[in-house]
Amino acid sequence: MPQTEKLEESPTGRLSRDIQRKIGQQLRAMYTDVVNEGVPDRFADLLRRLDDKNK
Amino acid sequence: MPAQDDMREAMLAAVPNLRAFAVSLCGDMDRANDLVQETLLRAWAHQDSFEPGTNMSAWLFTILRNHFRTEYRKRRREVEDADGGYAERLTSPEAQTGHVEFGELREALLHLPPDQREALILVGASGFSYEEAARICECAVGTIKSRVNRARKKLAELLTIELEHEAEVEHELLIRRAV
Repeated sequence: MPQTEKLEESPTGRLSRDIQRKIGQQLRAMYTDVVNEGVPDRFADLLRRLDDKNK
Repeated sequence: MPAQDDMREAMLAAVPNLRAFAVSLCGDMDRANDLVQETLLRAWAHQDSFEPGTNMSAWLFTILRNHFRTEYRKRRREVEDADGGYAERLTSPEAQTGHVEFGELREALLHLPPDQREALILVGASGFSYEEAARICECAVGTIKSRVNRARKKLAELLTIELEHEAEVEHELLIRRAV
């Protein structure tokens, strides 16, 4: 019954779910921002130097 | 060594994710880059300990995580005093990273215990399964689950006022537009 469902959904429950969802989205967005910066030159250079040394 | 070029490519491919993980752990882009550099150096020196066929990214995350924890303990001893925690000693995260947009979230992350912070990031942002995160953090799957839950609760506490305010502002704007 839809009415029982509504009763179970307390305003605080809904609020905390909304907040959890927002936090999850922000966390992923923040993370993706850095991922999208790609590989800074210093790391490509570093690995090239290490690679050359081993050859 | 024929596999060496593959190794280099795989490590290079992991760099963007390692940086994102590192800056989420320490809140400082310069330090994050140093953590990644040290991780790559260590990984390169211990290539033999990587088991081919296993997840290279998880292996590198493990190295970074262990290095961060050793460093964190060292720094903590250096900067902590009777009434000051570690997070309070840092300057504002947005000033350090240049990512103003996520300033509050970064700040809030730094107020979580490191155990909870790493668990939340691995599962909630890096996209590792609970099982993979447990292997990276060398603990039980149940421990990771409870750390993630506690981290989510704590973050919600820290950010609720901010997010409620945001929701109110959005609401206000809608009303104003409607008038």
